Amino acid sequence: MDYSQFLAMKQEIALLCVFLLVFLYDTFMPRESQKGLPVFTVVLMLLATAAGFCSHCLGTSCQSEVFGGMYFTSPVVAAIKTILNIGVVIVLIQSIKWAGGELMIMRRGEFYELLLVTLFGMYLMVSARHFLVFVIGLECASLPLAAMVAFDKNRYESHEAAIKYILTAVFSSAVFMMGLSFVYGLTGSLYFDKIYAAVFGAESTLLVMAVAFVIAGIGFKLSLVPFHLWTADVYQGAPTSVTSYLSVISKGATAFAFLVVMAQVFGSVYSQVWEWMMYALIILTITVGNLFAIRQRNMKRFLAFSSISQAGYIMLGVIAYNALGLAAMMFYILVYIFSNLGAFGVIGAIENATGKVSMDDYRGLSKTNPKLSFVMMLAMFSLAGIPPFAGFFSKFFIFTGALQGASVAIYVLVLIALINTIISLYYYLLVVKAMYISEDECPVKNFKSACSERIGMWIAVAGILFLGLVSPVYDTLIELAANSEIATYFLR
Amino acid sequence: MGITLPLLILAIPLFMFLLLGIAGVKMSHKLAGWLGCLGMGTTLVLAYTVALTYYFCPEFTAETGERIQTIVFNQTWLAFTQNLVISLGFLLDPISALMLIVITTISFLVHLYSLGYMEGEKGFQRYYAFLSLFSFSMLGLVVATNIFQMYIFWELVGASSYLLIGFYYTKHSAVAASKKAFIVTRFADLGFLIGILVLSYYSQTFDFLKLTTDSQWVLASTQGATFMGASVLTWALVLIFTGGMGKSAMMPLHIWLPDAMEGPTPVSALIHAATMVVAGVFLVARMFPVYLLEESATMIVAVVGAVTAFYAAMVACTQIDIKRVLAFSTISQIAFMMVSLGVASNGNGDVCHHGLGYMASMFHMFTHAMFKALLFLGAGALIHAVHSNDYTAMGGLSRYMPVTRWTFLIGCLAIAGIPPFSGFFSKDEILSAAYAWSPFMGVWMTIVAAMTAFYMFRLYFLIFRWDEPDYGHHTPHDPPLPMMIPLVFLAAVSCVAGFIPFGHFVTWNRMPYDIHLDPWIACSSVAVAICAICLAAYMYRTKNPLPEKMKNAMPVLWDWCHHRFYWDELYMFITHKIIFNGVCRPLAWFDRHIIDGTMDSFAAVTNKLSRVIAPLQSGQVQMYVFVYIIGALLLGGITVLCLI
Repeated sequence: MDYSQFLAMKQEIALLCVFLLVFLYDTFMPRESQKGLPVFTVVLMLLATAAGFCSHCLGTSCQSEVFGGMYFTSPVVAAIKTILNIGVVIVLIQSIKWAGGELMIMRRGEFYELLLVTLFGMYLMVSARHFLVFVIGLECASLPLAAMVAFDKNRYESHEAAIKYILTAVFSSAVFMMGLSFVYGLTGSLYFDKIYAAVFGAESTLLVMAVAFVIAGIGFKLSLVPFHLWTADVYQGAPTSVTSYLSVISKGATAFAFLVVMAQVFGSVYSQVWEWMMYALIILTITVGNLFAIRQRNMKRFLAFSSISQAGYIMLGVIAYNALGLAAMMFYILVYIFSNLGAFGVIGAIENATGKVSMDDYRGLSKTNPKLSFVMMLAMFSLAGIPPFAGFFSKFFIFTGALQGASVAIYVLVLIALINTIISLYYYLLVVKAMYISEDECPVKNFKSACSERIGMWIAVAGILFLGLVSPVYDTLIELAANSEIATYFLR
Repeated sequence: MGITLPLLILAIPLFMFLLLGIAGVKMSHKLAGWLGCLGMGTTLVLAYTVALTYYFCPEFTAETGERIQTIVFNQTWLAFTQNLVISLGFLLDPISALMLIVITTISFLVHLYSLGYMEGEKGFQRYYAFLSLFSFSMLGLVVATNIFQMYIFWELVGASSYLLIGFYYTKHSAVAASKKAFIVTRFADLGFLIGILVLSYYSQTFDFLKLTTDSQWVLASTQGATFMGASVLTWALVLIFTGGMGKSAMMPLHIWLPDAMEGPTPVSALIHAATMVVAGVFLVARMFPVYLLEESATMIVAVVGAVTAFYAAMVACTQIDIKRVLAFSTISQIAFMMVSLGVASNGNGDVCHHGLGYMASMFHMFTHAMFKALLFLGAGALIHAVHSNDYTAMGGLSRYMPVTRWTFLIGCLAIAGIPPFSGFFSKDEILSAAYAWSPFMGVWMTIVAAMTAFYMFRLYFLIFRWDEPDYGHHTPHDPPLPMMIPLVFLAAVSCVAGFIPFGHFVTWNRMPYDIHLDPWIACSSVAVAICAICLAAYMYRTKNPLPEKMKNAMPVLWDWCHHRFYWDELYMFITHKIIFNGVCRPLAWFDRHIIDGTMDSFAAVTNKLSRVIAPLQSGQVQMYVFVYIIGALLLGGITVLCLI
């Protein structure tokens, strides 16, 4: 075996180093210096992000296929990993206060180790070109999350959420495996490119069911309707840091992996088999997510449903099935990370300080905590897609990408998505209304959020304000997407 | 010429606006006022430097003697097509240099005057910020290199005028007046915008230089297309003129100007006498070569001007509020300038008498700015002294306020056209041009000039002679020094400005020539003016029952004039009774019931649907998995059914 093949896995190796160092720190450092672990992890993760970003910028991360074609990396793959890294860094910064708490003293290390392992799994999902690697990545990214969801040992909801999560996760894995076994039966291979060639022009009931099961399996992690029912309970029950990780990083990585699978495995039967499946799923996801979001009073549950409908928008990049859609999807994920983490940053800060997570508790917040309210308002505006915030541009680009299809059906789809943005505007503005207009006798008291939380929110605000306006970001993504290996599949 | 000075002329007022607008609340009144004056003073020096350099430096004069139109800088801002480009730039030519001088002079004097007049007012800093904003907008307007830039600044001027009229925003009448001014001028600007769009659509350019120098191009590009019997060019020019009518308060869009007197008096002097209201005249002058191409358009300009001049002069004879008298006199005098532009061509695309009318119009614009600002500032001093706008509260003031009296007298003599004061020279040129165009127009305008002399001296005598009301122990006195300096300065200018050889500086084709006085016209107009003054003196010099008798002799005429021919009532009737009831109410009903109803029912359906599907989220994990597998099976199953 040629060990130089490992050099292609630069980002994975960097992540592994972070993991090992965190593990060693956790295991061998004396108890009194354990408090430094969160900051230590953040610094290491920053370094890993910077290393990955630089290797990408300097052009050293070229396209390569190693381990017999099971693993693949290219600039666009490196870019999506960098985007994930940025999100993880923000999540880690925001969780410093929570992880540094007294209650966490014995389990602090576990949180970081589990988190890094799931990130590693996501890397594998993104880079896999063989379903075996993909499944390992998927499971790696799923199972430790159950432990993270159950992290608040003393809270009943946390347990409930973890149980619900693990049961549905296992079930969806089973369905996914079922789909894979159909695929294997049909084509005799688990390599992406071999399947691609074998299913070309060979539509059959078995293939359709296989595609449906694969979509269902991955759709579980993306929480597409009707595979989404676990989402609200889990988001609500999990600790806020875990929820934010689940809602942005896990979702972003899976969305990209999903696009890769649909393009590189089933791309040859796009219009015959799965275009209409995605069509139905997108409409269902956006609409149902919105309809449920309207009724929520718990902020975490509310953001759970909002994230479901956001996943529907992200899927527009998949159904677009072109390079522009890919670029728009990556941009959407990036913006979504900043917007959603802005919102979760505020929720986490308020929860850490007062333990309140209901929308009713946010009444009159602008009077007592103007800065927090402002961050929340920006996040809501960005999620709703109000210009000039980044969310507007990401929605605009993803619609543009989808409209490249130029068929009536796609126009209808985008129209439905547009109508749904109006519905979403309603519930996002409910939060703003609660904070700025509604009066309350006893609003949340003014408090000073921790330095780490404030840094996290500042980063999110910067992203919300500038990502849309700084055009090189999107231009780079377009260029990457157009030259990527995935783009060649769109053309066939 | 480098671009630094011109750029600074625009940048300093803008900077002062931002500075005073943002940081003003933290400043003391004194600091804000002096900062404003300092900023405007600097702008004044720069503008004089630029304008005088332009007029006297040989580099701006061609070998033929023609003054060259120079674009100092022109930055592309929006490019629609290759030709259709919106730029922001600085055009230097005789009329923009003239306007630079006029605007900065009056603006600086008003800044200075306001130090005294507005002393202790609430919002003093805000007032200075708005003054700076106005100066910036007006300067941007006159140096515009293209018609779209002009439109942008045109609207800015309107907005800052709105802000200044409504400066006393707690006073109901001021708020109403500012709204009225904004809506009426904005309504006119709609025509302006359509005119711009029509003209640029056909001629494919916004650029003034292209439009005014390349008449072949303009004619060729607008040829052929007609609308309702008139050519495209006529439509475009008339619509553009509508915008000018709005800003310059020509009939029937004049109704906002008298009400605009609700603003502080120095503002009236700056905006509603000297600068903004002549924007319409400036617009026509800027587009003059294009207007020359279309006989009917110049005809409309002349007729609108002539009618407005006469109408405003009649109304001015019967007003009680001294600022209203001045407002109507402003309308009348601006109409003079319009007439003058309208009669500058003989209708064949040629100009008569070396474009005498054009030169006269610009000359009158210059002299009028000075003496009308003088009169307004004088009125401000009077109002400052007696705390009332009505002449009924004044009388016999010459004893108490000698400086105001003498400067006011100079202003009156200038506007009445008595030599050697400035108004005589410019008005005489206008009358010559009018006579050259048609004798009827000449006689008509001479009558208006006589009426001007009459109503101005009626005002003068009523204020400074007549009978003295009871001033109590609070006797009126001359204003403080900051208010005195502008009065004296403007009076001095009004004495000498007539001797400027204006034809050397501003002519329609930028070729200098010597202006002449036509002795017959000069003598006749002076004779008529003196007669009018004597009549005014006879009627108003001392308290006597004659004016009352006159009023009772012609009750209908007096009533109509006093109520400004019921124009406001007519507008009220049309808007409130006809438009509100006939158009707005049905539309409001449609909006409330059909549009809102549709949206509300969408919202209701959404809400209902969300309630219906809520039980799906039961919280039971068995149910979740069930829905999951059914979903997956349906997804595959339906696709299979559709495929096979």
